[in-house]
This record gives sequence, C-alpha cells and structure tokens, in this order.
Amino acid sequence: MTAIGQPDKPAPVAGSSIADCCDASALADLTSEVFGVQPVDPASITISDPSAFVAMDNDGADHLHLLVENLHCAACIGKIEGYLSAQSGVIDSRVNMSTRRLSVSWKHGEADPAELMRGVAALGYPVAPFDPIDAAKSTDVEEKRLLSALAVAGFAAGNVMLLSVSIWSGHAGGMGEGTRTLFHWISALIALPAVAYAGQPFFRSAYTVLRNGATNMDVPISLAVILASAMSIQQTMQNAQHAYFDASITLLFFLLVGRYLDRRARAKARSTATHLLGLQAQAATVIDPDGGYRSVRITDIKPGMTVLATQGERIPIDGDVVTGTSDIDTALVTGETLPKLASPGSAVFAGTMNLSAPITIRATVAADRTLLSEIVSLMELAEQGRAKFVRIADRVARIYAPVVHILAAITFAGWFLLTDAGWEPSMLAAIAVLIITCPCALGLAVPVVQVVASGRLLRAGVLVKSGDALERLATIDTVVFDKTGTLTLGQPMLSGGEYTDADLALAASLADQSKHPLSRAISLVASNSERQALSDIREVPGHGIEGMLGSDRVRLGKREWCGISKAPAWNGGSELWLTVGQKRSASFHLADTVRSHAKDVIDKLRSMKIDVELLSGDTPEAVTPLAQSLGIENWQASCLPASKTKRLSELADSGKTVLMVGDGLNDAPSLVAAHVSMSPAGAADISQTAADLIFQGSSLAPVLSAIRIARQSTSLVKQNFGLAFAYNAIAVPIAVFGFVTPLVAAIAMSTSSIIVTLNALRLRLVK
Amino acid sequence: MDVIAYLIPVALFLGIVGLVGFFWSMRTGQFDDLDGAAMRALRNDDGSMPDREPASKE
Repeated sequence: MTAIGQPDKPAPVAGSSIADCCDASALADLTSEVFGVQPVDPASITISDPSAFVAMDNDGADHLHLLVENLHCAACIGKIEGYLSAQSGVIDSRVNMSTRRLSVSWKHGEADPAELMRGVAALGYPVAPFDPIDAAKSTDVEEKRLLSALAVAGFAAGNVMLLSVSIWSGHAGGMGEGTRTLFHWISALIALPAVAYAGQPFFRSAYTVLRNGATNMDVPISLAVILASAMSIQQTMQNAQHAYFDASITLLFFLLVGRYLDRRARAKARSTATHLLGLQAQAATVIDPDGGYRSVRITDIKPGMTVLATQGERIPIDGDVVTGTSDIDTALVTGETLPKLASPGSAVFAGTMNLSAPITIRATVAADRTLLSEIVSLMELAEQGRAKFVRIADRVARIYAPVVHILAAITFAGWFLLTDAGWEPSMLAAIAVLIITCPCALGLAVPVVQVVASGRLLRAGVLVKSGDALERLATIDTVVFDKTGTLTLGQPMLSGGEYTDADLALAASLADQSKHPLSRAISLVASNSERQALSDIREVPGHGIEGMLGSDRVRLGKREWCGISKAPAWNGGSELWLTVGQKRSASFHLADTVRSHAKDVIDKLRSMKIDVELLSGDTPEAVTPLAQSLGIENWQASCLPASKTKRLSELADSGKTVLMVGDGLNDAPSLVAAHVSMSPAGAADISQTAADLIFQGSSLAPVLSAIRIARQSTSLVKQNFGLAFAYNAIAVPIAVFGFVTPLVAAIAMSTSSIIVTLNALRLRLVK
Repeated sequence: MDVIAYLIPVALFLGIVGLVGFFWSMRTGQFDDLDGAAMRALRNDDGSMPDREPASKE
C-alpha cells in the first residue's frame, strides 16, 4: 500500500445517473436499504497500489480490471459507471454483472488508478485489482465455443427439420423419388458440416477417454451421430426412403443445450470462488530500517520485519505491536464480539482488523506460520478426510454408456445372425438403438434443474459455489451451527438505555468517525437523524471518542472515561455513555442480536427431522442463554477449531450427513470437514472460500430455503431420470425390432426432452 | 413444384443471415454479461457503449 492523498472529488449524489422511469432515488435507496450498501468515508479506505495491474494498450489508454463486491442491481451499475465516467481522463468504464468485475480505461497518465479505486470503494463497493490473464479466461473460451456450436446446431436442426417434415408428409402425399432424394441431398449439405462443427465438443471428449481406455456418455453420442450421418449418406446415394440427418443434428442440438447450461452453472460457481480468492490476496506495507515504506506481498514477510497496519486494515501477520495504540477486532478469529485493546508490547494476529489508529508491528513469525496459516493447514487435513462425492448424473453415466453399447451390438448381431436381412438393415437397427437411447433427456435433466434451482437460490439470497453443493445439501440430516456471526449477527445492536433523540444524534455525530463495532451500531440506528458539527474529534483507543461542541467537550465511550460513577451497571451486554461537559449524560445499551427467523428456522428444521447442534468458541455463560432461547439441546462451548472438526468426524462416523454453518476463521476447518457447508456473506474471506454456499442478509431464513430448494431439485432430478428411463424402456424395444423410422425417432426425442424440461421448470412454481 | 427452387435457397439464406448475426453479436461481446444486460434495460441514460469512445456524458 502506498500513501495516497485525500480524494479531491466527493462521491457523486447516489443514483444520479439512474433511469427516470424507475424512480431514481428509490432505486438508490434500494441499494442501501435492502442490500446494506452504505457510502463509506473515503479517508478510511485503504487501497493497495494497483499500478502493477495497469496495462497500456496501443491507443495510449491504460486499462485496469477490478473485482467488485456488493453489486446487486441496476442502481449499482449506474452509480459505479456514472462516477467513473465523470472523472477526468476516464475513457470508458464497464461493470460486468455476471462476473462481478469492472474494467476501466483512461488516457495514459491522466487519472490515478488508486484514486479511481478509492472513489468506487467510497460508494460502498470494495474493489480489488486482478490480472485478467488468469484461469477464468480459458473457461470463458470453452463457454463461447459451446455457444457457437449450439448456434450452428440450432440453425442446421431447424433447416433440416423443415426438409424432413416435407419428406415425411411426402410419404403420405406421394412425393416423387427424385424430389425426396434432392431433399435428402440438401439435408446432407446442411447437416454434415454442422455435425462436423457442432459435434466437436463430444468427439473430442470421446476421443480423449477412449485413448485412456475408458468410456463416458460422449462415446455413444459420438458413435450415434457419426454412424447415423454416414449411414444416411449411404442411404441417400441409393435413393432410399429414410435418412437420419435430422436425427443426428437435433440430437446434437438438445445435448448442446444441456452442455451449455451445465457449463454456465459451473462457470458461475467457479467465478464466485475465484472472486473470493482474488479479494483475499493483498499486500502489506513494510517499513525498512532506513524509514522507507514499500509494498510487499504478505507471503514475503520475514520475522523481524516492521509492518504498518493502518486504520481499517486487516493485520497481515502475527506479531507484537511496536508503536501505536488501537482497538483490534478479533471477531473473525476467536468469535468474540467486542474488540480488544492493543498497545506497544501486546500480540496481534493475522486476519484481525485494526479499528481505531495506525500501529506498527514487528513480525514474530513468517507468513506461513501465522495462526491463519495453521487454520489453513487444518483445513487441508480436513479436506483429505472428506469422502469424494459422486454426482447422480455421473453415477448414471457410469452404467449408461456400457449398457447402450452392448444393446446396440446385440441388436446388430441379432439382426445379422438371426434374420437374413443382411448387414445394411442390421446396421440401421443398431444405429436406431444408439439414436433412441441417446441421453437427450438425461443430458438436459440435470442442467435445467440446476439452472432453475440456482436462480431460485439467488432470489433467496444464496450463492452456490460448488457444482455438487445442491445434491449434497439435499441429503443432510444434521445441521451444526456456529454462534457468533452465524446464529447471531456478530455485531452489537442498540437494545436500550436512557437517551433522547437529541442524545442519539449527538452520539452518532461522534460515532460516524469510528470503526468500532459499538460506534457503528449507534451510527446505524441514527442513520436518518441530523448530525451536529463537532470539532477536534479524536478517538482514544480503549476508551472512546471525543470532540468539541461549541465550548463543551463531548465524550462517547466507557463509563469511567466519561466520568460516570453512580449509575447502576447493565449486565446484558456492552454499554456506552455520552457526556456533554458536565451538563447532561445518556447511556446506550448494546447487545449482540440473534439473526431474525433463527428460532423459526430451527423449529422448522426439527420438523423436517433434521438434528440441530451448536458448536461455539465462546464461553459457556454466553452460549447457554442462546441455546435455551432457541431450544437447541446439543451444544458445546469453548470449542477450538480442532475440537469442532473432531465433533464433525464423530457425527460422520455415526452415519450422519452434516451441514455446517459458520462464519469465523475458527470455523473454516469444520466447513471443509462437513458434508456440505454454508457461511454468511459477512464471514471471514477464508471461510467464504471454504464454504459451498454463501447466504446474504441478516436473516437465517436462507439456510432453510437452501435446504428446501436442494431437496426439491434433487427429487426433480431423480424424477427426470425416472422419466428418461421409462421413455427408454418403451422406445428401446421399438428400436431393437427395427420399427424406428426417422419420424418416430424425431417425435420420441423431442417429446422426452420437452417433458424433462417442463418437469424441471416446475421448480419455479413450487413454494 | 418449381417454386422450391427459389424457396429452399431463400430459406437457407435467411437462416445463414441469422447465424452470421449471432456470431457477430457474440464476437462483439454481447453475450459476456447476460445478467448485466437484463439490469441495464432499467436505465434511461444510454451511457457509454462498450468499445466506443469517448464516452459522451450529459
């Protein structure tokens, strides 16, 4: 991180560039009210130097790619792009909603990238630079290739089908042989190049597995498509009645639809994961012995180096404080709600947040030896112990491919040996079997359900991070919760006290200047009240914050510091006092609140016959009342990360499949160890990276909706497989005995695909 | 039946026009951000287009 001056441009009026058709201010409010996107004081934002990520193109424009957090709706796009394009020198800025990335370009040297980043962050959208030449690029290419193949297959299928329908009507209406053959030739002209192009994803995959001596779904698909096309040419040359060009190309079309949807779902899950990883990578500022500052990768920090941690920054390394006194938020590491005071000599840990003042730290360990990296290695250990999960679709495919091959071979042999039809009709029957059994319905069954399910989950505020998370989530019978930050919000909320509205407004005017959780709680409650102008505001770490109102000293903080001695103590949580000189005083009571719907969710889980457990790192005194009020009987307090994973493996050994819901660093190993895991959007980065699903908002309800949607979608997938098998059970005998004309094949394939798709779309309807 | 001599080429030509149009739209990045496109429809001020410069505001 380099030293960056104050931004010279204030953030523009929120929502100023948003459509008039949907009330601009209403939309802007939406971002803050519904999604909690709050403008941030620019001075408090620390930005690491992005210049290493800036690339210059031939036109003399600089480009920078950024990962953006908190993107939700059209208003977010409008705010960010509106802000950036109003800056001098900026040529173009574009938010990509799907990948949650922002690309911005400016005339070389005419804008400061760090300044632009700070401006966007000040709107309430944290940003991190990233190198666009990473793995994400190649997956994008694959997705585009599938889409082009899909387009070509769709074009060809439509036109060939047009000709085929004419031919089929011609069978009844007396189409001449010449016309029919002409139509077959035109079909061939369209279908063959299309098959050669659109079939490549399947051919390539089939070739790869065959070379390795294995087989997968793509082998019978490729075989069916190639044989059907070849056979059709041969039939056309002989002026025969039937050709299967339409069958081979529509087959590819349906399969490509499924492939493309599947690819997109996976790419989306992966981009969520890489997004989190990208935000995690950060640099630290090292102070050299000669007093110079330089930016260093966290992994390059050596013991003995002096590291600067500014206000609002995560502490990069374990070490001892050298200079400065500040409050340190350790909630993500230990699960404790209230910050701790750190002064010269006290130990601080990587991953904790420095709240109130800059401090310098002498690193005591190398970066791979921090508390944080110990948790990472614990996670790796847990990962190895996790049983490999095989998706239903893959399990089906394992049986499916050999069965289809054997069926086709038997059909050919049966016709060739038992009848005197010769090799040609035998081959046609075998090809018919391959076409009819082709997994159109199977290929669509899973992806369509997955797309609909992740759409519903997104609306319920749940992001899916791994492709098989839904299937695993559907099988769980136990939910293990963490306490701080998971069952509770992990941040104190104003719960009572003795104060007037004027006191609250005055307290908020002070609290706005601080990142302390208690101050934040006050600011949040008073977000709509008028602020008062105070001068000489300063934060006294460990005590509170003070400022001057006219000639009166106003203090907000601990009772002793504010000079209150008589008032009775409050034991339900933390308290803050406000004093204005000697004139008046007020008190605020703050307590960590339980997430909304928590009791409801736990009751409903129980009614679904799912066991609920609570594993917390907090003290028994803090856990008992919560467990009682939520009706959780199985709970453990004072859990270390290792004892949480131990409990999870006990549960796994007793045959339980466990959903772990947690947010802290101390939960990360157990998130990996569990069968499937969720974490709230406010969780530690490393926990979000470890979790399979992430839920947003302050309610616990998404956990329940996710389980429900997972169960519904898995049962739909199974239904769809059932439908596909029922269809095969009817269609295969027809094919084996040689009754499948191209018309029958077309009808059978289309109806089965349509039925499966419609069945999947039912997921949209169920509540 | 002579009419099919015109109709089939015409049908194929129209289909190919559609296909070429699709490839063009994909190459110019119109499929890069499907979620964003849905949301941008809500905005009124047709701001900067991708790859077009300079962005004219106001």
